[in-house]
Amino acid sequence: MSEHAEHAHKPPPQIATTGHEWDGIHELNTPLPRWWLWLFYATIIWAVGYWIVYPSWPLLTSYSKGVFGWHARSAVVSDLAALRAQRGPMVAQLEATPLGDIEATPQLLDFARALGRAAFADNCAPCHGAGGGGARGYPNLTDDDWLWGGTLADIEQTIRHGVRSTDDKGHQGSMPAFGRDGMLKRDDIVAAAEYVRSLSGLSTTPGADLGRGAKIFADNCAVCHGPEGKGNRALGAPNLTDKIWLYGPDTKTIIDGIWNGHGGVMPAWGAKLDDVTIKALTVYVHTFGGGEK
Amino acid sequence: MCPGCDTALSMTAATPSQQGFSPLTKLVEEAKRMVDSAPAPHPDEPDDDDGPLYAARRKIYPQHVTGTYRRIKWAVLLVTLGIYYLLPFVRWDRGPNAPDQAVLIDFPARRFYFFFIEIWPQEVYYLTGLLILAAMALFLMNAVAGRVWCGYLCPQTVWTDLFLAIERWTEGDRREHLLRDRQPWSFDRLARAGLKHFLWLMVAWWTGGAWVLYFADAPTLVRELATFQAPLAAYVFIAMLTFTTYALAGWMREQVCVYMCPWPRIQAALTDEYALNVTYRYDRGEPRASLKKAAALHEHGQPAGDCIDCLQCVYVCPTGVDIRGGPNLGCIQCGLCIDACDAVMAKIGRPARLIAYDTDINIKRRLQGQQPFYRIVRSRTVLYAVVIALVGVVMMYALTTRRHEAVSVLHDRNPVFVRLTDGAVRNAYTVRILNKNLETQSFVLKISGLAEAEVTVIGGEARRGGDPVIDVGPDQSREVRVLVTTHQELGADASLPLTFTIVPDGGGASVSAADHFLGP
Repeated sequence: MSEHAEHAHKPPPQIATTGHEWDGIHELNTPLPRWWLWLFYATIIWAVGYWIVYPSWPLLTSYSKGVFGWHARSAVVSDLAALRAQRGPMVAQLEATPLGDIEATPQLLDFARALGRAAFADNCAPCHGAGGGGARGYPNLTDDDWLWGGTLADIEQTIRHGVRSTDDKGHQGSMPAFGRDGMLKRDDIVAAAEYVRSLSGLSTTPGADLGRGAKIFADNCAVCHGPEGKGNRALGAPNLTDKIWLYGPDTKTIIDGIWNGHGGVMPAWGAKLDDVTIKALTVYVHTFGGGEK
Repeated sequence: MCPGCDTALSMTAATPSQQGFSPLTKLVEEAKRMVDSAPAPHPDEPDDDDGPLYAARRKIYPQHVTGTYRRIKWAVLLVTLGIYYLLPFVRWDRGPNAPDQAVLIDFPARRFYFFFIEIWPQEVYYLTGLLILAAMALFLMNAVAGRVWCGYLCPQTVWTDLFLAIERWTEGDRREHLLRDRQPWSFDRLARAGLKHFLWLMVAWWTGGAWVLYFADAPTLVRELATFQAPLAAYVFIAMLTFTTYALAGWMREQVCVYMCPWPRIQAALTDEYALNVTYRYDRGEPRASLKKAAALHEHGQPAGDCIDCLQCVYVCPTGVDIRGGPNLGCIQCGLCIDACDAVMAKIGRPARLIAYDTDINIKRRLQGQQPFYRIVRSRTVLYAVVIALVGVVMMYALTTRRHEAVSVLHDRNPVFVRLTDGAVRNAYTVRILNKNLETQSFVLKISGLAEAEVTVIGGEARRGGDPVIDVGPDQSREVRVLVTTHQELGADASLPLTFTIVPDGGGASVSAADHFLGP
């Protein structure tokens, strides 16, 4: 009986055990298969193959190049070439389509926006924000207020040539430093600032002389910002009657602006980006929501 | 000991006159003494350090066998391989805008087609359900009858079976093959081995070829492959699968099960004492005795078991296991030893099923004179079955109620809202509409939750009753930028719930997605 009961757990006599035993169960000491060892050697030989075909060994002044001539930089170049080839037909279509017709073709619009999104994130987002929301001094591109115009042609011009950039065709014109350069006295600047706030219906300091402010505005500011303060896009002079403020609507900020002037710079991207990218960027910015016809 | 050493030792032993004079002889004598005094390895007193770390494979020559389980295995082989090789060619008409292949994994278009089912990548949870079903089915099989999967259904087993059949056909059955392998190489032996490897490679090549057909239109790809115009990836994958099939089913065979596969280890932990296993009924078989010896023992009134130690069960085993040693990891429980033993038992006029699907419990019960009992229905089999049913029902429900339209909304993060020149507030959203119908569908986009909201779709002019209309191509999704503007006075830190609803133009149930409208 007892020999039967143990029958099932006895290891076959020809196989050695490790000597470990739990509840009558023995652990067999089965050797590893020899091909497993061969595989291990094969991986070592494989590694030698890597040395030969890929760059691997540092030399005194250089490194071993490998017979494949593989190089991280050239791999990137060929990947980019493959990407261009893949995009080729759509890029060609984008190149051939006039700027004004792109938004009417859904497929082309999607492509331009996708291309534009990547280019925007790479080049524009540091100042204008990831979604074009802007920051103090850097215009919000998603609203309907444009310093230099919001049509497709205007946007393309601004991207290509920049604002107060080194480009000859870039937008010029800046807000003078009326206080710092001694053109206006401090009292006059405060009065003008109060008047500017009143233009867009913002509250003014009780007792402020708006009449004096209006006169100073007419004499000094209206030449660029217009007699009614509606701005002038040819000069990049902002509309002072709307709800949007590039630097902020509080009195202190406005006084500071008049005293020290403004002159934010946008680089000219025409030299850095190719035409298709600029076209895509133009469409992307135009379709943020504030684009003008 | 190696034969050379034996010779050296016997030579020195034969020349006793030189004993004590030659240093070499002294050395040899010393060595001999050391070897003799070394403890002999014994299975019951083992030591960890001795013994080889690596061992060459012991070649297995499984013998041809006929019987119930062999027939089941042939049937399973025919059905499973038939499905594998032919399924890509089954057509399934889905209309002009979708492929007409019944089973297709379309990677470039990111679609999976399975007869009437079409899966988009985001519906990969169906695959999760399928994997749960597969795992539970495996566990249930194991709880009922051990390694049914290993013995009958595993691709490794099925292809190895086919390769073994080819081997037996070209190089002969066990005995013939063994004899031939001991002879020196001859033209006949070379031709047979060559034919075997050629046929193996053909099968392996077909296996790889069938694999790639699941990833492209099969008839087209076959034509391209034949005219060398198929994509490089197709040839690479065929080559890879040809190699793995040839290596795994031709050369590795049982070693895949013994060394590489995790399932035997998991299975051993998952099984219980009621699971049916291929079992040598030692209550009937022991003590083993040949026919003549058994007769002699009986004459003297001594017991003799039914096992005549003919080793047929070992000879037919595809993994080279002696099932009489008890349950073990190498046994894939294919039941071929049952067939072999039954054939022998029939010849010698003893009852069949000395080896059978049985449990250790039953052996012990029979030894104690009790009736064997079988418990297929027990908590774990019931549990597995319930989980399978549950997952199956959930998947069926999900499949039958699957919507062919869907919408998702993503609020702009920068800026979260925009103040316009006239003081209005605008929020921008990215709306993605999914059209899983196989024809172009127009959707009317309705936005509720904000009175006096102006809704604009960038690049979309079409309107129906004031609401924008968006066309989405067949079996495609489309992303549009949607601007929602209001002149309404919003409270500080306003966050109004907004519902985006798409209504299929021309009838059909609507689908909604929720988001918010944020103000200053």
